[in-house]
Order: sequence, then C-alpha cells, then structure tokens
Amino acid sequence: MNKNYTIKTAREDLDKGKISTEELFNYYRDKINAENKNLNAYLSVFDFPNSKFLIPNSLLSGIPVAVKDNMLIEGTRTTAGSKILENYIASYDATVIKKLRNAGVTFLGKTNLDEFAMGTSTENSAYGPTKNPLDVSRIPGGSSGGSAAAVAGDLCVFALGSDTGGSVRQPAAMCGIVGLKPTYGRVSRHGLIAMASSFDQIGPLTKTVEDSAIVLNALCGHDIFDSTTVNDEVPDFTTTLNDSIKGLTVGVPKEFFAMPTGRQGTGLSAEVSERVQAGITKLKDLGCKIKEISLPNFEYALSAYYVAVPSEVSANLARFDGVRYGHSAKDGENLIDTYFKSRTEGLGPEPVRRIMLGAYALSSGYYDAYYLKAQKVRALIKKDFDDAFKDVDIIVGPATPNTAFKIGEKVSDPLALYLEDIYTVPLNLAGLPGISIPCGLGSTSKMPVGFQIIAKSFDETTLLRVAHQLEQALL
Amino acid sequence: MLSDSELDHIAKLARVTVAPEKREQLKKDLSAILGYIEKLNKADTSSVEPLYQTTGLVNATRSDEPRGEFPMTEKLEELLIGQAPTRKERFVKVRSILNKK
Repeated sequence: MNKNYTIKTAREDLDKGKISTEELFNYYRDKINAENKNLNAYLSVFDFPNSKFLIPNSLLSGIPVAVKDNMLIEGTRTTAGSKILENYIASYDATVIKKLRNAGVTFLGKTNLDEFAMGTSTENSAYGPTKNPLDVSRIPGGSSGGSAAAVAGDLCVFALGSDTGGSVRQPAAMCGIVGLKPTYGRVSRHGLIAMASSFDQIGPLTKTVEDSAIVLNALCGHDIFDSTTVNDEVPDFTTTLNDSIKGLTVGVPKEFFAMPTGRQGTGLSAEVSERVQAGITKLKDLGCKIKEISLPNFEYALSAYYVAVPSEVSANLARFDGVRYGHSAKDGENLIDTYFKSRTEGLGPEPVRRIMLGAYALSSGYYDAYYLKAQKVRALIKKDFDDAFKDVDIIVGPATPNTAFKIGEKVSDPLALYLEDIYTVPLNLAGLPGISIPCGLGSTSKMPVGFQIIAKSFDETTLLRVAHQLEQALL
Repeated sequence: MLSDSELDHIAKLARVTVAPEKREQLKKDLSAILGYIEKLNKADTSSVEPLYQTTGLVNATRSDEPRGEFPMTEKLEELLIGQAPTRKERFVKVRSILNKK
C-alpha cells in the first residue's frame, strides 16, 4: 500500500517515533526495487548512509529524496541521461545537494531525464523512457520525467528537477503533482550540468504546495560559486501560505486561450482549457479579482526560446570533447578526430539537433538574424510581463496545451514536442517564478491537468500563497 | 530547406559527423524548426535593446582572496584526473594536435 508520505506527514511519523529514518528510507528503497522496473524513474539507487546525520529542528531531517541525474553528488555516477557520461563519477556535491545534506535528507537515488535535460517526454534519455505512473502507456513529461514519476508513484517523498523551459512544471502537470520553478537567481546552479545558463533553474517536485515552500526554503540563497544568485534576504515561504488572498488581482492573458489550432499539438486542448477555466472560477470564489490581460508578444516566445537555448547549448556542450572525462573514442587519429568521434558516438539525436541549431544561429552571417533578434524578442517578452504586473498581482493559465500523450506518439516530430513547452518557456525567457499545481483530470484523456501560476520576479511568497489556497480549494 | 553544404558546415562547427543515412531526416527536422523560428521576423524590434540575462546583476565580483574551498587532496585529484581516458602521472594526456608525417 502507498503511504504517499509528504514532508509534513513523514515529519510527524518520524517525530512521534512511529517510523525511524532508516525504516522510512528502506520503505522507499523496497518500493523502488519492486516498481522501478515498470516505471524506469530511477537510473541509480543508493544505500542508507552510514554517517550520523540527524539534524535537530530541520523539517527535512531524515526525508528521502530523489535527485535528477544532472546534479552532482560526490563520488556517484551522474549521466545527464547521456551515453557520453555513462561512466562519469561526480567529483563534488552541487550546492543544492550540499544544502539538502546539511538539512539532513537521505538521498534515494538519481532519476531519469531527457538527455542533457532536452525534451518534454523523457523519451530522449539514452537509458530508455520513463513511464507515467498514472498510465504506463503514457509519457511522464520531461525533462525531469524521472523525478515527476518518482513523486507521483510514491517512490520518494519529494524530488529535485531542473527547469530551462518548463522541465519541472511540465512533468509535474503530466503526473498530477506540484512543480516549482523559482526566479532566475534564486537557487544556485553550481554542480548542475549546464544546459542553457541564462535559463536554467533548479526547483522541487512535491506532493503539496506546502512541501514546495519547505524545500524552497532549504534551496535558495546566494552562492559564491554561481554569480547569478542574488544576495537579497530570503523570506520564510512557509509562514505566509495562509495569508488571505482576498482582493488580489489575477491576470488571465487572452493569448493563452486563443492559440491557433491546425498543426498537430499546437492548439490548447478543450479538456485542458475546461479544467483551467474551472480553476480560475475557484480563484474568483476565493475572493480574487479576475482581469483579462494581454501579452502581445506571446506568439514569438517559443521561437525566441528555440534560438537562444540551442545557442547556449552549443557553447555549454562544447566541453564534452573526450579529453578530460566522459566517453572518448579509442581510435581518434589526432585531437580533432577524437572530438568528432567522441561526440558523434556519445551524444544522442536531440542534443545533436540543438547543438547544430545553435551553431547555425551563432555562425558568421546568421548571428544578427537569429541570435540577436531572439534576444531582442526576449526583451519584448519581459516587457510584456512587466507591463502586465503593473495591473495584476499574479498571472494564471494552463501549464501545458495537452495532457500526457502516449509514448511514441510524437517522438518522430521534434517540433511537435517543442510546442508542448509553449506556456512554460515565456517565464524562463523573462526569469520569472512559476508553479504548476494539479487542477483535476481532463474529461477525454482522464489524465491530470496542470494549472500554472506566474508571479513577479522574486515574489515566490505570493506565488506559493495563491497556489496553496487554490490547491486546498480544489481538493 | 537546408542545403547539403549548409548541413556539412554546421556539423563541422558542432564537431559531429552525420551518418549518410541520417542526413535527409536531419535536414528535414532542422529545416522545420528553422521554418518555425522565421516567425521572429514578424516581431518589431527596431527600438529594442537585446536582453541577455534577467537578474539585472552587473559585475558580480568577489574579493581576490583564496576561498579555501576544494583543497586539492589525493582523492579529489583522482576524481578529477582519474577520469581522463589517458594520463601520465598527474597530467591529462592529449592526442597529437598536428599529424605526424
């Protein structure tokens, strides 16, 4: 039977002595051993740590956690879902790992992902697709699909993911759990294998919004190893969850519901629209003022994203050269031949597509037309949000256009998969925080629908407050 | 549609080799994505400065002091250099850059 522990309920049982830290760890380890064959959520699992680590007064002490396999845990294998890192052993702890370790968590293992976090279905992993625990014929979303499946399938209490264009929020939506992308600059990426450095942000996948706030408390803050982290004081996100949201103005961008249909997967599906509208009605019932707003440049967001991100990808993945670590071709004739052979043998189709796109966008003669243009459009997207937030406290809409699709359904059409990100990427372009919470099942697919809430930069307090109260109202 | 010579040029920049049987599909996929991206040209950016990052932080520097983190130990050295495919003592051995004649 699933105990389906949240941080809150596990904490209670641990504190009352109903279960020991080791028993809790082993409960999950046994579940993983029994169920992971079916789901492929974990790529590696750990043993119960020998060292004494109980941390008094830490809500996370003794809580078993799953970590996306693109974050480094010293002395353990970290693959990023790629063959090129099949035998790579991390030489240090990522800052988020260090922080969680200091808070006393136990690490259960590393979770599957689309190769180098590039994808929306976890089908791009070199280690096989992860299955959605609610229907194993369907994808769990991506790229943090292993983390989302581990949380939704109760193979951990919570998990870490990374979100470059929706990779925490989208799988959370597909699996019916809570996924938070903090503001860019909130959480250190030191020890996260970089995908697109001006977009990447680490966030928690949890069973409740309250858990999300507890984990965010532990993760954020300035880090000397990531110069994008801000030095501001960090509020306690758990203490304001129940502050009244009456009178808040909630913006609903008309563009979110007016997407053109036509090409497969490009339109907002009726079942998602229906559930999200019901969520908006709930917010109205809770005393929020609903206001239609406009994000005039929304239609350009995905195009700008798929220029800027591949450009950064092509630079970040240049480090995989077969010289210092990772797969190295045995038969390279000289250095450059080793580069070509190691990369061709080690990298899968999606990273290769994105590296090539990026190399194209940055190449001589195309830089202004692609890269520079995309960064200008990025400024327009940010300005749209800045303008909108002059009149509203929070913005809401769907997290994804569709519910979880069938494994294999879109795998041969990269562009169709990109279009699944249409509601999540604008936040990464603008650096804003966002969360996806479950808002019921779609009437056709009977799969979860994700409700996305977007806040101003560094206003996770309002974000989590609205999310928590809507979550409670939707129960 | 990307031309064959464009595909070859990008592959070379990306330091990857495209297998002959994968060329047509890759040309098709990349062209479809580039076609979608063309949409950007409709956006009026004549009076817009590009936005490369969103934090607003400028010149995030630290004092020029040793941080004391990551002291080099034999264990860390092994974790770092020990993963190179070829090594000589404490050094990573790299294949020749110029071809021997």
